[in-house]
Amino acid sequence: MNEKELKATVLKALASVVPELDEAHLAPEKNFREQLDIDSMDFLNYVIALCAATKIEIPEADYRKIASVDGTVAYLAQHQKRSSAT
Amino acid sequence: MVEFRMPSLGADMEAGTFVEWLKKPGDRVSRGEIIAVVETQKGAIEIEVFQSGTLETLIAKPGQKLPVGAPMAIIRGDGEAAAAFAPPPAPAVKALETRPPPAKAPVAPALATPSAGIHTSPAARRRAAELGIDLQKLVGTGPDGAVTSADVERAAAAPSAAAAMRQAIGAAMARSKREIPHYYLAHSIDLDPCLRWLASENEKRSVAERILYGALLLKAVALALHDYPEFNGYYVDGAFRPSAQIHLGVAVALPKGGLVAPAIHDADRLPLPQLMVALRDLVNRARRGGLRSSELADSTITVTSLGEQGAESLFPVIYPPQVAIFGFGMVLDRPWVVDGTVVPRHVISASLAGDHRVSDGHRGGRFLTAVAQMLQKPEAL
Repeated sequence: MNEKELKATVLKALASVVPELDEAHLAPEKNFREQLDIDSMDFLNYVIALCAATKIEIPEADYRKIASVDGTVAYLAQHQKRSSAT
Repeated sequence: MVEFRMPSLGADMEAGTFVEWLKKPGDRVSRGEIIAVVETQKGAIEIEVFQSGTLETLIAKPGQKLPVGAPMAIIRGDGEAAAAFAPPPAPAVKALETRPPPAKAPVAPALATPSAGIHTSPAARRRAAELGIDLQKLVGTGPDGAVTSADVERAAAAPSAAAAMRQAIGAAMARSKREIPHYYLAHSIDLDPCLRWLASENEKRSVAERILYGALLLKAVALALHDYPEFNGYYVDGAFRPSAQIHLGVAVALPKGGLVAPAIHDADRLPLPQLMVALRDLVNRARRGGLRSSELADSTITVTSLGEQGAESLFPVIYPPQVAIFGFGMVLDRPWVVDGTVVPRHVISASLAGDHRVSDGHRGGRFLTAVAQMLQKPEAL
Protein backbone atom coordinates (compact mmCIF):
# COMPACT_ATOMS: atom_id res chain seq x y z
CA MET A 1 0.00 0.00 0.00
CA ASN A 2 1.23 3.50 -0.72
CA GLU A 3 0.99 6.29 1.80
CA LYS A 4 -2.41 7.47 0.57
CA GLU A 5 -3.83 3.96 0.83
CA LEU A 6 -2.32 3.50 4.27
CA LYS A 7 -3.90 6.74 5.46
CA ALA A 8 -7.28 5.66 4.08
CA THR A 9 -6.89 2.34 5.93
CA VAL A 10 -6.04 4.13 9.18
CA LEU A 11 -9.03 6.47 8.85
CA LYS A 12 -11.34 3.58 8.09
CA ALA A 13 -10.14 1.74 11.21
CA LEU A 14 -10.69 4.92 13.23
CA ALA A 15 -14.15 5.40 11.75
CA SER A 16 -15.05 1.89 12.86
CA VAL A 17 -14.84 3.10 16.47
CA VAL A 18 -15.81 6.73 15.88
CA PRO A 19 -18.56 6.59 13.24
CA GLU A 20 -19.07 10.36 13.32
CA LEU A 21 -15.37 10.96 12.57
CA ASP A 22 -14.82 14.24 10.75
CA GLU A 23 -11.43 14.13 9.08
CA ALA A 24 -11.46 17.89 8.52
CA HIS A 25 -11.35 18.44 12.28
CA LEU A 26 -8.71 15.85 13.02
CA ALA A 27 -5.08 16.98 13.30
CA PRO A 28 -3.23 13.99 11.81
CA GLU A 29 0.00 14.71 13.64
CA LYS A 30 -1.66 14.89 17.07
CA ASN A 31 -2.78 12.15 19.41
CA PHE A 32 -6.26 11.18 18.23
CA ARG A 33 -7.15 9.53 21.52
CA GLU A 34 -7.24 12.96 23.10
CA GLN A 35 -8.87 14.63 20.12
CA LEU A 36 -11.62 12.04 19.79
CA ASP A 37 -11.89 11.03 23.46
CA ILE A 38 -11.09 7.41 22.68
CA ASP A 39 -10.76 5.19 25.73
CA SER A 40 -8.70 2.02 26.08
CA MET A 41 -11.54 -0.24 24.89
CA ASP A 42 -12.15 1.70 21.69
CA PHE A 43 -8.40 2.00 21.14
CA LEU A 44 -8.19 -1.79 21.36
CA ASN A 45 -11.05 -2.00 18.83
CA TYR A 46 -9.11 0.38 16.58
CA VAL A 47 -5.98 -1.77 16.80
CA ILE A 48 -8.01 -4.90 16.07
CA ALA A 49 -9.57 -3.23 12.99
CA LEU A 50 -6.16 -2.02 11.84
CA CYS A 51 -4.55 -5.45 12.24
CA ALA A 52 -7.45 -7.09 10.38
CA ALA A 53 -7.09 -4.64 7.48
CA THR A 54 -3.31 -4.76 7.17
CA LYS A 55 -2.59 -8.32 8.42
CA ILE A 56 0.09 -6.76 10.62
CA GLU A 57 0.20 -7.92 14.24
CA ILE A 58 0.97 -4.80 16.27
CA PRO A 59 2.54 -5.56 19.67
CA GLU A 60 1.19 -3.75 22.69
CA ALA A 61 4.59 -2.14 23.25
CA ASP A 62 4.13 -0.24 19.98
CA TYR A 63 0.73 1.25 20.85
CA ARG A 64 2.23 4.65 21.63
CA LYS A 65 3.56 4.82 18.04
CA ILE A 66 0.10 4.45 16.55
CA ALA A 67 -1.79 7.01 18.60
CA SER A 68 -1.89 9.57 15.77
CA VAL A 69 -2.90 9.20 12.12
CA ASP A 70 0.54 10.26 10.86
CA GLY A 71 2.26 8.06 13.42
CA THR A 72 0.23 5.03 12.38
CA VAL A 73 0.87 5.62 8.67
CA ALA A 74 4.61 5.92 9.33
CA TYR A 75 4.56 2.81 11.51
CA LEU A 76 2.75 0.75 8.88
CA ALA A 77 4.96 2.06 6.07
CA GLN A 78 8.07 1.13 8.01
CA HIS A 79 6.65 -2.30 8.72
CA GLN A 80 5.92 -2.78 4.99
CA LYS A 81 9.46 -1.71 4.10
CA ARG A 82 10.93 -4.15 6.60
CA SER A 83 8.73 -6.95 5.35
CA SER A 84 9.62 -6.35 1.70
CA ALA A 85 13.36 -6.23 2.57
CA THR A 86 13.27 -9.67 4.16
CA MET B 1 -50.86 -18.33 30.99
CA VAL B 2 -48.52 -15.62 32.15
CA GLU B 3 -48.25 -12.00 31.22
CA PHE B 4 -45.05 -10.77 29.67
CA ARG B 5 -44.75 -7.29 31.14
CA MET B 6 -42.84 -4.10 30.51
CA PRO B 7 -39.73 -4.70 32.61
CA SER B 8 -38.12 -2.25 34.99
CA LEU B 9 -34.63 -1.57 33.67
CA GLY B 10 -33.44 0.41 36.64
CA ALA B 11 -34.65 2.59 39.45
CA ASP B 12 -35.04 5.52 37.12
CA MET B 13 -37.36 3.84 34.62
CA GLU B 14 -41.08 4.52 34.80
CA ALA B 15 -42.14 3.62 31.26
CA GLY B 16 -40.85 2.42 27.93
CA THR B 17 -41.99 2.83 24.36
CA PHE B 18 -42.63 -0.43 22.60
CA VAL B 19 -40.73 -0.62 19.30
CA GLU B 20 -41.21 -4.06 17.76
CA TRP B 21 -41.83 -7.75 18.26
CA LEU B 22 -39.12 -10.16 17.16
CA LYS B 23 -41.58 -13.08 17.41
CA LYS B 24 -45.11 -13.65 16.22
CA PRO B 25 -48.12 -15.31 17.87
CA GLY B 26 -47.74 -19.08 17.99
CA ASP B 27 -43.94 -18.94 18.10
CA ARG B 28 -42.14 -20.95 20.73
CA VAL B 29 -40.06 -18.81 23.10
CA SER B 30 -37.41 -19.95 25.53
CA ARG B 31 -36.33 -18.43 28.81
CA GLY B 32 -33.64 -15.83 28.14
CA GLU B 33 -34.60 -15.37 24.50
CA ILE B 34 -34.89 -11.85 23.12
CA ILE B 35 -38.41 -11.34 21.84
CA ALA B 36 -39.00 -7.58 21.74
CA VAL B 37 -37.32 -4.21 21.52
CA VAL B 38 -38.29 -1.33 23.79
CA GLU B 39 -37.05 2.24 23.60
CA THR B 40 -36.06 3.68 26.97
CA GLN B 41 -34.18 6.73 28.12
CA LYS B 42 -31.10 4.53 27.86
CA GLY B 43 -31.74 3.76 24.21
CA ALA B 44 -33.26 0.78 22.41
CA ILE B 45 -33.08 -2.28 24.66
CA GLU B 46 -33.62 -5.90 23.65
CA ILE B 47 -36.11 -7.50 26.02
CA GLU B 48 -35.66 -11.09 27.13
CA VAL B 49 -38.45 -13.40 28.17
CA PHE B 50 -38.26 -15.22 31.50
CA GLN B 51 -40.84 -17.88 30.81
CA SER B 52 -40.55 -20.65 28.25
CA GLY B 53 -43.67 -21.45 26.29
CA THR B 54 -45.67 -20.31 23.33
CA LEU B 55 -46.34 -16.71 22.50
CA GLU B 56 -50.11 -16.65 22.66
CA THR B 57 -51.16 -13.02 22.20
CA LEU B 58 -49.34 -9.80 21.43
CA ILE B 59 -50.76 -6.83 23.32
CA ALA B 60 -48.21 -4.05 22.90
CA LYS B 61 -48.19 -2.20 19.63
CA PRO B 62 -45.32 -0.27 18.07
CA GLY B 63 -45.23 3.29 19.33
CA GLN B 64 -47.15 2.59 22.55
CA LYS B 65 -45.66 4.08 25.68
CA LEU B 66 -46.32 1.64 28.50
CA PRO B 67 -45.63 1.97 32.22
CA VAL B 68 -43.35 -0.53 33.94
CA GLY B 69 -45.42 -3.64 34.71
CA ALA B 70 -47.92 -3.18 31.89
CA PRO B 71 -48.68 -6.43 30.05
CA MET B 72 -47.12 -6.61 26.59
CA ALA B 73 -48.03 -10.19 25.65
CA ILE B 74 -49.51 -13.43 26.92
CA ILE B 75 -47.34 -16.53 27.05
CA ARG B 76 -48.76 -20.02 27.38
CA GLY B 77 -46.50 -22.12 29.55
CA ASP B 78 -45.34 -25.58 28.52
CA GLY B 79 -48.07 -28.14 29.16
CA GLU B 80 -50.86 -25.56 29.34
CA ALA B 81 -53.79 -25.95 26.98
CA ALA B 82 -54.18 -23.38 24.26
CA ALA B 83 -56.90 -20.82 24.81
CA ALA B 84 -60.14 -21.70 23.06
CA PHE B 85 -59.92 -18.37 21.41
CA ALA B 86 -57.53 -15.57 22.00
CA PRO B 87 -58.98 -12.16 21.54
CA PRO B 88 -56.52 -9.41 22.36
CA PRO B 89 -57.11 -8.84 26.07
CA ALA B 90 -57.52 -5.32 27.30
CA PRO B 91 -54.30 -4.17 28.91
CA ALA B 92 -54.52 -4.13 32.69
CA VAL B 93 -52.57 -0.92 32.62
CA LYS B 94 -53.52 1.61 30.03
CA ALA B 95 -50.94 2.76 27.54
CA LEU B 96 -49.69 6.20 28.46
CA GLU B 97 -49.71 7.36 24.88
CA THR B 98 -49.19 6.11 21.40
CA ARG B 99 -46.76 7.74 19.11
CA PRO B 100 -44.85 6.69 16.05
CA PRO B 101 -42.26 4.08 16.96
CA PRO B 102 -38.89 5.61 17.61
CA ALA B 103 -36.26 5.22 14.96
CA LYS B 104 -33.97 2.35 15.88
CA ALA B 105 -30.92 3.86 14.25
CA PRO B 106 -29.20 6.85 15.81
CA VAL B 107 -30.91 9.96 14.58
CA ALA B 108 -28.85 11.84 12.03
CA PRO B 109 -28.96 15.61 11.91
CA ALA B 110 -32.41 16.42 10.67
CA LEU B 111 -32.56 17.77 7.17
CA ALA B 112 -35.91 18.92 6.02
CA THR B 113 -35.74 18.02 2.40
CA PRO B 114 -38.87 17.51 0.34
CA SER B 115 -39.33 13.77 0.47
CA ALA B 116 -40.74 12.07 -2.54
CA GLY B 117 -43.16 9.27 -1.75
CA ILE B 118 -44.15 10.52 1.69
CA HIS B 119 -47.88 10.90 2.13
CA THR B 120 -48.28 14.30 3.76
CA SER B 121 -50.02 17.62 3.46
CA PRO B 122 -48.32 20.77 2.16
CA ALA B 123 -48.85 22.36 5.59
CA ALA B 124 -47.11 19.47 7.36
CA ARG B 125 -44.30 19.57 4.82
CA ARG B 126 -43.89 23.33 5.31
CA ARG B 127 -43.94 22.99 9.11
CA ALA B 128 -41.36 20.18 8.95
CA ALA B 129 -39.08 22.43 6.91
CA GLU B 130 -39.50 25.26 9.44
CA LEU B 131 -38.71 22.98 12.38
CA GLY B 132 -35.92 21.01 10.70
CA ILE B 133 -37.77 17.70 10.99
CA ASP B 134 -36.95 14.90 8.57
CA LEU B 135 -40.28 13.59 7.27
CA GLN B 136 -38.63 10.30 6.33
CA LYS B 137 -38.22 9.51 10.04
CA LEU B 138 -41.85 10.07 10.95
CA VAL B 139 -44.70 7.58 10.96
CA GLY B 140 -47.92 9.32 10.10
CA THR B 141 -51.08 9.02 12.18
CA GLY B 142 -53.34 10.64 9.56
CA PRO B 143 -55.57 8.91 7.02
CA ASP B 144 -53.69 6.11 5.22
CA GLY B 145 -50.66 6.83 7.36
CA ALA B 146 -50.29 10.41 6.20
CA VAL B 147 -47.88 12.55 8.17
CA THR B 148 -49.91 15.37 9.68
CA SER B 149 -48.89 18.74 11.07
CA ALA B 150 -49.59 17.30 14.54
CA ASP B 151 -47.09 14.49 13.87
CA VAL B 152 -44.50 17.08 12.94
CA GLU B 153 -45.20 19.19 16.04
CA ARG B 154 -45.01 16.10 18.25
CA ALA B 155 -41.66 15.09 16.75
CA ALA B 156 -40.32 18.59 17.31
CA ALA B 157 -41.48 18.61 20.93
CA ALA B 158 -40.05 15.20 21.78
CA PRO B 159 -36.93 15.47 23.91
CA SER B 160 -33.75 14.40 22.21
CA ALA B 161 -32.28 11.06 23.18
CA ALA B 162 -29.45 12.86 24.95
CA ALA B 163 -31.88 15.05 26.93
CA ALA B 164 -33.98 12.03 27.89
CA MET B 165 -30.91 10.16 29.09
CA ARG B 166 -29.70 13.15 31.08
CA GLN B 167 -33.13 13.34 32.69
CA ALA B 168 -32.96 9.64 33.63
CA ILE B 169 -29.47 9.97 35.10
CA GLY B 170 -30.52 13.07 37.00
CA ALA B 171 -33.59 11.35 38.43
CA ALA B 172 -31.64 8.29 39.59
CA MET B 173 -28.82 10.30 41.10
CA ALA B 174 -31.21 12.74 42.82
CA ARG B 175 -33.02 9.78 44.36
CA SER B 176 -29.70 8.32 45.44
CA LYS B 177 -28.52 11.50 47.09
CA ARG B 178 -31.92 12.00 48.72
CA GLU B 179 -32.32 8.50 50.13
CA ILE B 180 -28.88 6.97 50.56
CA PRO B 181 -26.59 8.18 53.35
CA HIS B 182 -23.33 7.86 51.43
CA TYR B 183 -19.90 7.57 52.94
CA TYR B 184 -16.75 7.78 50.88
CA LEU B 185 -13.36 6.12 51.17
CA ALA B 186 -10.29 6.19 48.96
CA HIS B 187 -7.11 4.19 48.71
CA SER B 188 -4.07 4.42 46.42
CA ILE B 189 -2.99 1.17 44.79
CA ASP B 190 0.34 0.26 43.19
CA LEU B 191 -0.66 -1.03 39.78
CA ASP B 192 2.82 -2.05 38.62
CA PRO B 193 2.37 -5.75 39.43
CA CYS B 194 -0.76 -5.80 37.25
CA LEU B 195 0.77 -3.84 34.38
CA ARG B 196 3.96 -5.94 34.36
CA TRP B 197 1.98 -9.17 34.41
CA LEU B 198 -0.36 -7.93 31.67
CA ALA B 199 2.51 -6.82 29.42
CA SER B 200 3.96 -10.31 29.65
CA GLU B 201 0.57 -12.00 29.18
CA ASN B 202 -0.44 -9.85 26.24
CA GLU B 203 2.83 -10.61 24.43
CA LYS B 204 1.54 -14.16 24.07
CA ARG B 205 -1.88 -13.12 22.85
CA SER B 206 -3.21 -12.02 19.49
CA VAL B 207 -4.52 -8.46 19.35
CA ALA B 208 -8.14 -9.54 19.71
CA GLU B 209 -7.33 -11.65 22.78
CA ARG B 210 -5.41 -9.02 24.72
CA ILE B 211 -6.57 -8.09 28.18
CA LEU B 212 -6.99 -4.52 29.44
CA TYR B 213 -6.11 -3.67 33.02
CA GLY B 214 -9.76 -2.70 33.51
CA ALA B 215 -10.65 -6.39 33.43
CA LEU B 216 -8.23 -7.01 36.32
CA LEU B 217 -9.85 -4.24 38.35
CA LEU B 218 -13.29 -5.76 37.80
CA LYS B 219 -12.16 -9.25 38.71
CA ALA B 220 -10.47 -8.03 41.90
CA VAL B 221 -13.64 -6.24 43.03
CA ALA B 222 -15.80 -9.27 42.18
CA LEU B 223 -13.57 -11.70 44.11
CA ALA B 224 -13.19 -9.39 47.11
CA LEU B 225 -16.99 -9.23 47.41
CA HIS B 226 -17.00 -12.87 48.57
CA ASP B 227 -15.72 -11.64 51.92
CA TYR B 228 -17.75 -8.42 51.93
CA PRO B 229 -21.28 -9.43 50.98
CA GLU B 230 -22.81 -6.35 52.60
CA PHE B 231 -21.73 -4.36 49.55
CA ASN B 232 -23.42 -6.67 47.06
CA GLY B 233 -27.19 -6.50 46.80
CA TYR B 234 -30.15 -4.16 47.07
CA TYR B 235 -31.79 -2.01 49.69
CA VAL B 236 -35.51 -2.53 49.17
CA ASP B 237 -38.53 -1.86 51.40
CA GLY B 238 -36.43 -0.72 54.31
CA ALA B 239 -34.09 -3.70 54.39
CA PHE B 240 -30.90 -4.92 52.76
CA ARG B 241 -31.22 -7.95 50.56
CA PRO B 242 -27.82 -9.43 49.81
CA SER B 243 -27.33 -11.09 46.45
CA ALA B 244 -25.92 -14.59 46.21
CA GLN B 245 -24.65 -13.75 42.74
CA ILE B 246 -22.16 -11.06 41.82
CA HIS B 247 -23.34 -9.09 38.81
CA LEU B 248 -20.97 -6.19 38.24
CA GLY B 249 -22.53 -3.11 36.69
CA VAL B 250 -19.91 -1.47 34.50
CA ALA B 251 -20.34 2.26 33.90
CA VAL B 252 -19.83 2.93 30.21
CA ALA B 253 -19.55 6.47 28.84
CA LEU B 254 -21.51 6.90 25.62
CA PRO B 255 -20.17 8.73 22.59
CA LYS B 256 -22.95 11.30 22.53
CA GLY B 257 -22.91 11.92 26.26
CA GLY B 258 -24.48 10.16 29.19
CA LEU B 259 -23.70 6.70 30.45
CA VAL B 260 -25.20 3.30 31.11
CA ALA B 261 -24.08 0.66 33.60
CA PRO B 262 -25.01 -2.77 32.24
CA ALA B 263 -24.07 -5.88 34.17
CA ILE B 264 -21.49 -8.58 33.63
CA HIS B 265 -23.27 -11.53 35.17
CA ASP B 266 -21.41 -13.74 37.66
CA ALA B 267 -18.23 -11.74 37.13
CA ASP B 268 -16.50 -13.51 40.04
CA ARG B 269 -16.81 -16.87 38.28
CA LEU B 270 -15.52 -15.80 34.89
CA PRO B 271 -11.88 -16.61 34.12
CA LEU B 272 -10.01 -13.43 33.24
CA PRO B 273 -9.93 -13.97 29.44
CA GLN B 274 -13.68 -14.57 29.44
CA LEU B 275 -14.28 -11.57 31.65
CA MET B 276 -12.35 -9.48 29.12
CA VAL B 277 -14.44 -10.88 26.25
CA ALA B 278 -17.62 -10.10 28.21
CA LEU B 279 -16.39 -6.59 29.02
CA ARG B 280 -15.50 -5.81 25.41
CA ASP B 281 -18.80 -7.17 24.17
CA LEU B 282 -20.74 -5.20 26.75
CA VAL B 283 -18.97 -1.90 26.09
CA ASN B 284 -19.35 -2.29 22.33
CA ARG B 285 -23.06 -3.06 22.61
CA ALA B 286 -23.59 -0.22 25.09
CA ARG B 287 -22.08 2.19 22.56
CA ARG B 288 -23.44 0.74 19.35
CA GLY B 289 -26.77 -0.77 20.41
CA GLY B 290 -27.98 -4.18 21.50
CA LEU B 291 -28.07 -4.11 25.32
CA ARG B 292 -30.44 -6.64 26.86
CA SER B 293 -33.00 -6.07 29.57
CA SER B 294 -31.33 -8.42 32.07
CA GLU B 295 -28.06 -6.53 31.71
CA LEU B 296 -29.72 -3.29 32.76
CA ALA B 297 -31.77 -4.71 35.59
CA ASP B 298 -29.46 -7.15 37.35
CA SER B 299 -26.39 -5.25 38.59
CA THR B 300 -25.73 -5.91 42.26
CA ILE B 301 -22.93 -3.33 42.56
CA THR B 302 -21.44 -0.87 40.07
CA VAL B 303 -17.82 -0.22 39.12
CA THR B 304 -16.87 2.99 37.37
CA SER B 305 -13.47 3.82 35.95
CA LEU B 306 -12.29 7.11 34.51
CA GLY B 307 -9.76 5.34 32.31
CA GLU B 308 -6.55 6.92 31.16
CA GLN B 309 -7.74 10.40 30.38
CA GLY B 310 -9.93 11.22 33.34
CA ALA B 311 -9.27 12.69 36.76
CA GLU B 312 -7.02 11.31 39.47
CA SER B 313 -9.85 10.13 41.68
CA LEU B 314 -13.62 10.18 41.89
CA PHE B 315 -16.41 10.09 44.44
CA PRO B 316 -19.12 8.05 42.74
CA VAL B 317 -22.83 8.11 43.50
CA ILE B 318 -24.56 4.83 44.33
CA TYR B 319 -27.10 3.62 41.79
CA PRO B 320 -30.21 2.68 43.78
CA PRO B 321 -31.33 0.20 44.93
CA GLN B 322 -27.69 -0.95 45.02
CA VAL B 323 -25.74 -0.19 48.18
CA ALA B 324 -22.21 0.45 46.95
CA ILE B 325 -20.23 1.70 44.00
CA PHE B 326 -16.53 1.24 43.36
CA GLY B 327 -14.53 3.85 41.44
CA PHE B 328 -11.11 3.94 39.85
CA GLY B 329 -9.33 7.11 38.77
CA MET B 330 -6.71 7.40 36.06
CA VAL B 331 -3.35 5.69 36.36
CA LEU B 332 -0.58 8.13 37.27
CA ASP B 333 3.20 7.92 37.69
CA ARG B 334 3.80 8.55 41.37
CA PRO B 335 6.66 8.19 43.88
CA TRP B 336 6.08 5.05 45.96
CA VAL B 337 8.02 3.71 48.90
CA VAL B 338 9.16 0.10 48.55
CA ASP B 339 11.37 -1.38 51.28
CA GLY B 340 12.33 2.09 52.49
CA THR B 341 13.24 3.36 49.03
CA VAL B 342 11.27 5.79 46.91
CA VAL B 343 10.63 4.35 43.46
CA PRO B 344 8.41 5.45 40.55
CA ARG B 345 5.23 3.42 40.25
CA HIS B 346 1.99 3.44 38.31
CA VAL B 347 -0.59 4.29 40.93
CA ILE B 348 -4.37 4.21 40.72
CA SER B 349 -6.80 5.71 43.18
CA ALA B 350 -9.62 3.39 44.16
CA SER B 351 -12.67 4.78 45.89
CA LEU B 352 -15.75 3.31 47.46
CA ALA B 353 -19.10 4.91 48.14
CA GLY B 354 -21.08 2.84 50.63
CA ASP B 355 -24.60 3.02 52.02
CA HIS B 356 -24.53 3.72 55.76
CA ARG B 357 -27.88 1.95 56.18
CA VAL B 358 -26.06 -1.28 55.35
CA SER B 359 -22.35 -0.92 56.08
CA ASP B 360 -19.86 1.37 57.71
CA GLY B 361 -16.49 2.88 56.90
CA HIS B 362 -14.52 0.29 58.81
CA ARG B 363 -15.78 -2.58 56.65
CA GLY B 364 -15.59 -0.37 53.57
CA GLY B 365 -11.92 0.27 54.27
CA ARG B 366 -11.28 -3.44 54.64
CA PHE B 367 -13.07 -4.08 51.36
CA LEU B 368 -10.93 -1.45 49.60
CA THR B 369 -7.68 -2.86 50.92
CA ALA B 370 -8.78 -6.39 50.02
CA VAL B 371 -9.15 -5.24 46.41
CA ALA B 372 -5.71 -3.59 46.60
CA GLN B 373 -4.15 -6.82 47.89
CA MET B 374 -5.71 -8.84 45.10
CA LEU B 375 -4.25 -6.48 42.54
CA GLN B 376 -0.76 -7.22 43.89
CA LYS B 377 -1.15 -10.82 42.71
CA PRO B 378 -2.70 -10.52 39.25
CA GLU B 379 -1.75 -14.06 38.32
CA ALA B 380 -4.26 -15.28 40.92
CA LEU B 381 -7.17 -13.31 39.48
